[in-house]
Amino acid sequence: MPNNEIKKTDIPQVLEISDVVGEGKEQKSFFFKQSLQCRPGQFIMVWIPGLDEKPMAVSYWSRNEFAFTSKAIGKFTNALEKLKKGDKVGIRGPYGSSFSIKSNACVVGGGVGMASVSTLIDVLKNPIVINGARSKEYLIYLDRFKSKKMIVATDDGSFGRKGFVTQVLNGVLTENKKIKMVYTCGQEIMMKKVLGVCNRHNVECEASLERYMACGFGICGKCMINDKLCCVDGPIFNSKQLMSMPDFGNFAMLKSGRKVTIEEYHKIH
Amino acid sequence: MLQIKLCGISLKNPTILASGILGVTKESVHRIGKSGAGAVTLKSLCHEERDGFSNPAMFGYDGVFLNAVGLPGQGIDSAIKDFGRLDNLSVPVIGSIYGYRVEQFGQVAKKMASLKPAMIEVDVSCPHMDYGKPYYADPELTAKVTGAVKANAGRIPVSIKLSPNVYDIKEIAHSAEKSGADAITAINAASGMVIDISARKPILANKIGGVTGPALKPIAVRCVYEIYETVKIPIIGTGGVTYGKDAIEMVMAGATAVGIGTGIYYRGISVFKKVCDEMMQWMKKNKVKSLNEIRGCAHK
Repeated sequence: MPNNEIKKTDIPQVLEISDVVGEGKEQKSFFFKQSLQCRPGQFIMVWIPGLDEKPMAVSYWSRNEFAFTSKAIGKFTNALEKLKKGDKVGIRGPYGSSFSIKSNACVVGGGVGMASVSTLIDVLKNPIVINGARSKEYLIYLDRFKSKKMIVATDDGSFGRKGFVTQVLNGVLTENKKIKMVYTCGQEIMMKKVLGVCNRHNVECEASLERYMACGFGICGKCMINDKLCCVDGPIFNSKQLMSMPDFGNFAMLKSGRKVTIEEYHKIH
Repeated sequence: MLQIKLCGISLKNPTILASGILGVTKESVHRIGKSGAGAVTLKSLCHEERDGFSNPAMFGYDGVFLNAVGLPGQGIDSAIKDFGRLDNLSVPVIGSIYGYRVEQFGQVAKKMASLKPAMIEVDVSCPHMDYGKPYYADPELTAKVTGAVKANAGRIPVSIKLSPNVYDIKEIAHSAEKSGADAITAINAASGMVIDISARKPILANKIGGVTGPALKPIAVRCVYEIYETVKIPIIGTGGVTYGKDAIEMVMAGATAVGIGTGIYYRGISVFKKVCDEMMQWMKKNKVKSLNEIRGCAHK
């Protein structure tokens, strides 16, 4: 009988932060000099000893280094923001599904959602990047992706085009019939609209979803989106999966397991 | 070959999803049923909504798994709206309940019974306590809780889930049986802690948690063995069952059915089918036609 599966390990490894880089208003990247076997779109669990542990997308990746990018929103991310080079956090993972790598792709990132698609942009061949945020100061990775074909949009028009990323995407897909795939991460309401635009243009879509998680490896059941587990079946879901999930863009479970509207969920988590 | 009867309920096989792992929504119950479990135990519900503890709430290494989730749950009233009923799902469902006070165990049991689960399991390991010590740690307290649930469960069989963190599990099991319990689920997690020496702190947010996975199995087998010698009611042997051989061992100790929880962590959601296949392989090889032939055989 098989007996090697019990060697599985999912315990935080405490690492020193090798660098902290400011990315945009309230957003910072935390770097670690450590190799990590990782595919674009996967996430890690970040532990601040004595406080809490949360999932974060891997936003920079090279052979001997990785980073995640966090936006200070709640108690945990505000504590993260105060951390400096040399401070220690626990890391486990990576976890979850990853983006498929297709050519003729467009990547749509909203705000800090850019973090989940950034390592994908690094490996894609000549993607069109739509980088959007509320206003100029919230935009991230402008320098990082300046060599890419990038369209920047802000809701208030303070930088780049004025308008939502979905409007920009609609224009791109109308003009450029070669695009076969759209990758997206941002607010779930935005991603639902992105999927809608893709469906109208008959273009495949992959989105990175977020839910409250305890384990990250398919045990606790807190991140269920209908019959899917966000942590192991996702966080990357394709058009077919997204359309089979009535909860997508509509409902999410709180820490207690009670299902609420996505707006209410974002107020709490 | 693997079919069993547990308190009059027919199960296609003896593997039961243990409480606390998945089992949160109707959709997850279906998914686990489809993956081959003989029955599914819901995550424990009480009279109110609870967030549980902060993270880290669980982690695993080297055959050891720790958790301290702090009994999160949407509460029985919200679950009633969510599930509607439990007797028309694709797999028999066991409703796990607890309360803070004895009366609450009864009240939650009554509400759970209205959903018509195949069985009600009582988590007496809840840390909220009326009498200075947890319900599982004292025969009289266990009797009180068992009595309160039985009085409200109608015809639905009731299993009491015991903790290994006691001096003598036999007297607790005996007390549950005497108070009307129809089955015993043994065991809950063993109390434990892991400290990260680099962070110099316990890893679990709650510091202390429950040890499960292969590390728990010898403790569980010992408890099932002792309980089998003490009571006549069936035992759901739970704790570290990961492979078919573990389930066979539990049955030899005296278990009628086996709970699988952390096994999902090691082998995925298909662990139920894998364990059943491995049990059948072992039975064929050893010319065992039914689990009745080997149940409790380690006692002879």
